[in-house]
Amino acid sequence: MTDTSKPKKKIVPNKAPMPAQDPIVRAKNFSEVATGYTRETAVAEAQRCLQCKNEPCRQGCPVEVDIPSFLKLAAEGDFSGAIAKIKEKNALPAVCGRVCPQENQCEKYCTLGKKHEPVGIGRIERFCADLELETGVKLPEVAPATGFKVAVVGSGPAGLTCASDLAKLGHKVTVFEALHVAGGVLMYGIPEFRLPKAVVQAEVQNLKKLGVDIDVNSVVGKFSTVDELMEAGFDAVFIGTGAGLPYFMKIPGENLCGVYSANEFLTRTNLMKAYKFPDYDTPIRIGKKVAVLGGGNVAMDAARTALRLGAEESWIVYRRSDKELPARHEEVEHAHEEGVKFALLTSPTRINGDDNGVVKSMECLKYELGEPDASGRRSPVAIKGSEYTMEVDTVVVAIGQGPNPLVPRTTKGLEINKKGNIVASVETGATSKPGVYAGGDVVTGAATVIMAMGAGKIGARSIHEYLQSKKA
Amino acid sequence: MYKILRKEVFSPIIKLMDIEAPKVAKSCQAGQFIILRIDEEGERIPLTIADFDREKGTITIVYQEVGKTTEQLGAMEEGQFIQDFVGPLGEPSHIEKFGTVLVVGGGVGIAPVHPIAKALKEAGNHVVGIIGSRTKDLLFWEDKMRAACTELHVTTDDGSYARKGFGTDVIKEIAETRGKENIALVIAIGPQPMMKACCNVTRELGIKTVVSLNALMVDGTGMCGCCRVSVNGETKFVCVDGPEFDGHQVDWAELSKRGAYFREEEQRSKEKKHTCKCGCGGGK
Repeated sequence: MTDTSKPKKKIVPNKAPMPAQDPIVRAKNFSEVATGYTRETAVAEAQRCLQCKNEPCRQGCPVEVDIPSFLKLAAEGDFSGAIAKIKEKNALPAVCGRVCPQENQCEKYCTLGKKHEPVGIGRIERFCADLELETGVKLPEVAPATGFKVAVVGSGPAGLTCASDLAKLGHKVTVFEALHVAGGVLMYGIPEFRLPKAVVQAEVQNLKKLGVDIDVNSVVGKFSTVDELMEAGFDAVFIGTGAGLPYFMKIPGENLCGVYSANEFLTRTNLMKAYKFPDYDTPIRIGKKVAVLGGGNVAMDAARTALRLGAEESWIVYRRSDKELPARHEEVEHAHEEGVKFALLTSPTRINGDDNGVVKSMECLKYELGEPDASGRRSPVAIKGSEYTMEVDTVVVAIGQGPNPLVPRTTKGLEINKKGNIVASVETGATSKPGVYAGGDVVTGAATVIMAMGAGKIGARSIHEYLQSKKA
Repeated sequence: MYKILRKEVFSPIIKLMDIEAPKVAKSCQAGQFIILRIDEEGERIPLTIADFDREKGTITIVYQEVGKTTEQLGAMEEGQFIQDFVGPLGEPSHIEKFGTVLVVGGGVGIAPVHPIAKALKEAGNHVVGIIGSRTKDLLFWEDKMRAACTELHVTTDDGSYARKGFGTDVIKEIAETRGKENIALVIAIGPQPMMKACCNVTRELGIKTVVSLNALMVDGTGMCGCCRVSVNGETKFVCVDGPEFDGHQVDWAELSKRGAYFREEEQRSKEKKHTCKCGCGGGK
C-alpha cells in the first residue's frame, strides 16, 4: 500500500503553558503576571495548528482576524509576516493577546480543541505583537486622503479600533478623550499586572502614526455636543463612550468612607498610579481586610489589586456559586493562586461604620441556588436566619457599570433604551441620528474589550459606506 | 499643555491664575468647574471657575493652598504650563429672574460666586452680595464683586476690616429688615462649615438655599463615584449631578467625613516635597 498524501502531522495534545511570575511573589507586585512565550515556544505552538480547511477559529473572532494564515507564518518563524496579517484586521494585537477571552472565541472553535487542547492563539498573537513593539512597528498602508473628517468619541477599545480602520481608509480622524490619556478602560480599568500601560500607549502611538489626532481632556457633552461637532465640520461621528457609570448595591452604609466603586478603586490604582503613592500624588487607602462585591472580571481585578496594595485578606463576595462566576476561568484561577478568598453564596445587606464614618463590618446573608432565572443561571435565594457579620475595613463594589450618560443626555435625536444605552444596529452601528454611529459598552452594556473592538470595526465600515454615499 | 498667562497673589495662601484654555472658555457657564493635573505624577483636583474670557480663551481660577497640589500650583509662575486642564464640568448654575437673591461667598468661595452673581444680575435680579473672610488679608475681589452685584456687604470674622461678624449675620439682618418673603433665593459658596451655617439660618427662615459642593473627585465625569453625597436621602454624584444642590437637603455630616478620609495621606503627600531630590527647590 502506498500513501501519497502528505505525512500525517504528529499531534501535540497540550497547549504550551504560559510562563508566569510565581503567585506568592506576584501577589505583592504590579508587574505583569504572564511573562509571555519565547520565540521557540511561539513557533512550536503555532506548529500545533492543523491548518484545517474549514477554519472554524475564524468565526470566533469578533474582529475577523485571518487566524490560520497568521499561525502558518508564525510556524515558519516569519513573525513580521504574522503580525502584518493580524493587523490587517486588528489594531490592538498586543492588547487582545492579553485580555481576550480566547476560550470563548477563536480557541473555542479550534478543531484541535475537540480532542485535545486548542492552539494557544492568543498567546502567539501576543508574542507576535510584543516582538513588533520591541523591534519597531511597520506601518500599514494608508489610502489617499478622502477629505472627510470623522469624530470618534471615547478612546477605549471601540473608539481606537474605529479610528484605526477609518484612518487606513484615508479619512481624517479626531478622537476625543475625556481623561488625560487615551485608552479608556485599557488605562483606567484593567490593571497593570494584566495589561501593562506601556503596551497600551505603544498601540496608541501606532494609531497616531496613521495620522489620527487624539484630543485628551475633551469631554464631549461638555466642551462640545455631538451636534456641535457636526456643525464644526465633522462628516460623521462614532460614539464609543463605554460603560463608565458605576452601579451600587443600594444598601445602607454604601456612602461610608472605605467603600469604593470598582471604577474608583481601579482608576486610582491604574490611571493615577496610587500604588506608587507618595511618588504619585493620588492616594488610595486599603484596609487589612477587603471585601469585593461581585464575581466578574472587574471583581477579580479589584480583589487581586487589593492584595498588591497590601491588604492582608482579600475576599470575593458573590451571591451565586463558583460555577456561576461570570469572570474568565483563568482570572478566577489566578485569583485563587494569589490567595484571594471566596465567600460564595453570600451577599451583604448593610455596611456598618465607626464614629468617623469608616467601614468596620458588613452584615451578610447566606444564599442557596433555586430555579434558573431569565439569564439561565440558577437564581440565588436567601436562607432565612443565615445573617452573620463579616469584619471588613474596605469594600469595593464591583457589580457592574452602566453607560456613561454625558453623551446620550446631550445629543439631540439619539434614541436611548431604558437602561440608558444608545440604540444602535448590531449589523451597522447606525443610531437613530443620521451620520452618528455607536458601538461598544455604551450600546451593549458592560462586555469585553474584543466585543467593543468588533463594534468599532463595524462602525468604521458603516461610516466609510456612509461617507462614500455622501460623495456620490 | 495649558499656559499660566497671569498670576495674582491675594495673600500668601490665596492665589489667582488665568489659564489659557480656549476650549473650556468657549463653552463654560457660571457654576461649572474644571479639573487640573499639574504634571505626570499629579493628582486630579477640581476647582470651580471664577471667571472666563471667551475672546481671550482664558479661564480664571482662584485657590487656597491647602494641600500638596494647591501648594505646588501656588509655587508656579506666569509662563509655566499645567499638564492637564479639563472642563467645563458639572451642571451650570440655574439662572433666571428670581427677584432678590443673596449671593454669599466665604473665603476662597468669593471666587466661584462671582460669575454666578454676574449672571444673576444680567438676568435682571436684585443681587445682594455678601462676602467675608476670617481676616482682612484673606479678602479679595471686593471691587469685582461690587461691580457684579447690585449691592455688596463685607464682613471679617475678626473685625480687621469692614463689618465684624459672619455672612449669616447679614442674611438674618436682611431677612428681618426687608422681610424674608422678599428674598427669593440664597446662594452660598465657601468652606463646608460656612455653607452649613448659612443653610441652618435659611432653613429656619424658609428661604431656598443653593450650595456648591467641593467633594473629592478623580475623573469628574461620573465614572468613579468618589464624589458621592446624599441629597434628600438619595445618592448623587457632585461631578455630574452637581456641583450645586439644595443645601437644606445635603447630608453635611457624611460629606465632611468623606472629605476627611484621605487626610493622613494628604499630610504625607505634603511632607514628601521637603525630602525631594529632584532639585526643584521643594516645589515638587
